[in-house]
Amino acid sequence: MSAIPAVKIRSAARAIDVARVRADFPILETKVNGKPLAYLDSAASAQMPQQVIDRLTRYHTSEHANIHRGVHYLSEKATDAYEAARAKIRKFINATEDREVIFTRGTTNAINTVAHGFGRAFVGKGDEILVSHMEHHSNIVPWQMLCEEKGATLKVIPIDDLGQLVMDEYRELLGPRTKLVAVAHVSNALGTINPIKEVIALAHAQGIPVLVDGAQGVPHMKVDMQDLDCDFYAFSGHKMCGPTGIGILYGKASWLEKMQPYEGGGDMIMSVSFEKTTYNTIPYKFEAGTPPIAAAIGLGAAVDYLESIGMDAISAHEHNLIAYGTEALSAIDGVRIYGTAPHKAAVLSFNIEGVHAHDVGTILNDEGVAVRTGHHCAQPVMQRFGVPATARASFYLYNTVEEIDQLVAAVRRVQEIFG
Amino acid sequence: MKSKQLYQEVILDHNKKPRNWGHLDAPSHKAEGLNPLCGDHIWVSLNVADDRVAEIAFEGQSCAICKASASMMTTKVKGKRVDEAEQLVDEFRGMTTGSLDASQQNHLGHLTVFEGVKDLPSRVKCAVLPWHTLHAALHAEASTSTEGEEDPVPGSGIAASGS
Ligand SMILES: Cc1ncc(COP(=O)(O)O)c(C=O)c1O
Repeated sequence: MSAIPAVKIRSAARAIDVARVRADFPILETKVNGKPLAYLDSAASAQMPQQVIDRLTRYHTSEHANIHRGVHYLSEKATDAYEAARAKIRKFINATEDREVIFTRGTTNAINTVAHGFGRAFVGKGDEILVSHMEHHSNIVPWQMLCEEKGATLKVIPIDDLGQLVMDEYRELLGPRTKLVAVAHVSNALGTINPIKEVIALAHAQGIPVLVDGAQGVPHMKVDMQDLDCDFYAFSGHKMCGPTGIGILYGKASWLEKMQPYEGGGDMIMSVSFEKTTYNTIPYKFEAGTPPIAAAIGLGAAVDYLESIGMDAISAHEHNLIAYGTEALSAIDGVRIYGTAPHKAAVLSFNIEGVHAHDVGTILNDEGVAVRTGHHCAQPVMQRFGVPATARASFYLYNTVEEIDQLVAAVRRVQEIFG
Repeated sequence: MKSKQLYQEVILDHNKKPRNWGHLDAPSHKAEGLNPLCGDHIWVSLNVADDRVAEIAFEGQSCAICKASASMMTTKVKGKRVDEAEQLVDEFRGMTTGSLDASQQNHLGHLTVFEGVKDLPSRVKCAVLPWHTLHAALHAEASTSTEGEEDPVPGSGIAASGS
């Protein structure tokens, strides 16, 4: 292997002690084909630390009951823990009020909640919804469905060859028919960190609300709802060291109150008769049925965990890894990286010349390296770059430079096999 | 299993130099196969005359496993009777899903190099896609499309038409 140039370590408020962090994640001890696992797929789903696993166990062992509907001891305990998790998350993203934090099943469910609740109320024939070319399918399809239903039009902000939003075109696309802008904070397929504050400010200048798909934002950087001033922000627990089946829709109370609930059922009502149902107040209006209580509490524990490490330290660590990884992969002949924006999160999408990404993924797996291969639920991005698929390595707080070396060695192994 | 055992010389060779690559101008049967998970997307066209596969060609975009499987499939079924081709489809599918032991009597010949995919569940679809597409093409009724009808590979889309 050729020598990899040393990487300038960015000064961080607090550096991560990776060895200590890794000790919190028992799954990282896994061996694959006798090799140490290099888990480079956190953008798809991050691993859970023991602290979160323990919290889930404690809940199931001694606190479980249904919430908001019992006067007994366990129901109160479970309700308290569930609402405490909401408060933690509110603080974590600096929302003004707990009732602006809605538990959903994940980012997809959060976006659909807005597409349905906001779309039904505020989007009509001839209106326009603006998304970008780098969106995940979950921030495209719900809007397409809405547009089809309402006779509205989906407009697309183009991206350039580096994988950045073309802001001039964005300005042009904003107009009196635009009812909502829905854009990712960070692209899962390219890693681009979008200038989301500017995106929001430009839309707001014309009175247009903005939904941010923060699935790849919140897990990796400090995110502040007051600073961003977005109208909606969606993210998933399982990408930030929490469990699957839980996510968050943040929404400004002023919008949430005007929106239609997405699902009807228990817990989301104030009173029901066959003549008329009065909906509950927010956030409960959007939390129909028994929620994944354990997962919500687990997400609260994940927030505690991330804060104990420090979001700035996590961002700085990832920045070092992406710089190291980019240099190392770029140094290999025949490797092309997709997404080369200067402002990037820890996502490395690449292809090896002459080899399909799926073959790359299978051989990398032999070497213990876990990457995602395919279109990353972002087929328009693949079309934009003219490839059917890419391999994607993504890094998180527990990843190391050694794991990137393992990736580089495995990439060379693919090249050997495919000659 | 290790993929080394799968990425054997013969597979890598067919991937690099696929045989019967392209399409027939006036095929009697053709079908399109799509594996949405990987993005494998191929077209198989054939001319059936006197109940035999007289000509066959394929093209598309796919991983090495799919492309090599398609290439070797075309060389294998060319000249075979339709029922023989169908039997090969069954055997290939059986081998890659583990219901047929490749060491038992079968007609697969060189195609047994794909036996290893049975231990790589995420790649079985790649190897089988060309065969399902062939099957769909052979089953297409003249001038009809089976698009939207039964989906021979769960989770993948195959559309066929005969002309
Ligand atoms: C940018 C982005 N948006 C949305 C999603 C969907 O998240 P989930 O599957 O948790 O609903 C993902 C996850 O892959 C993502 O990366």
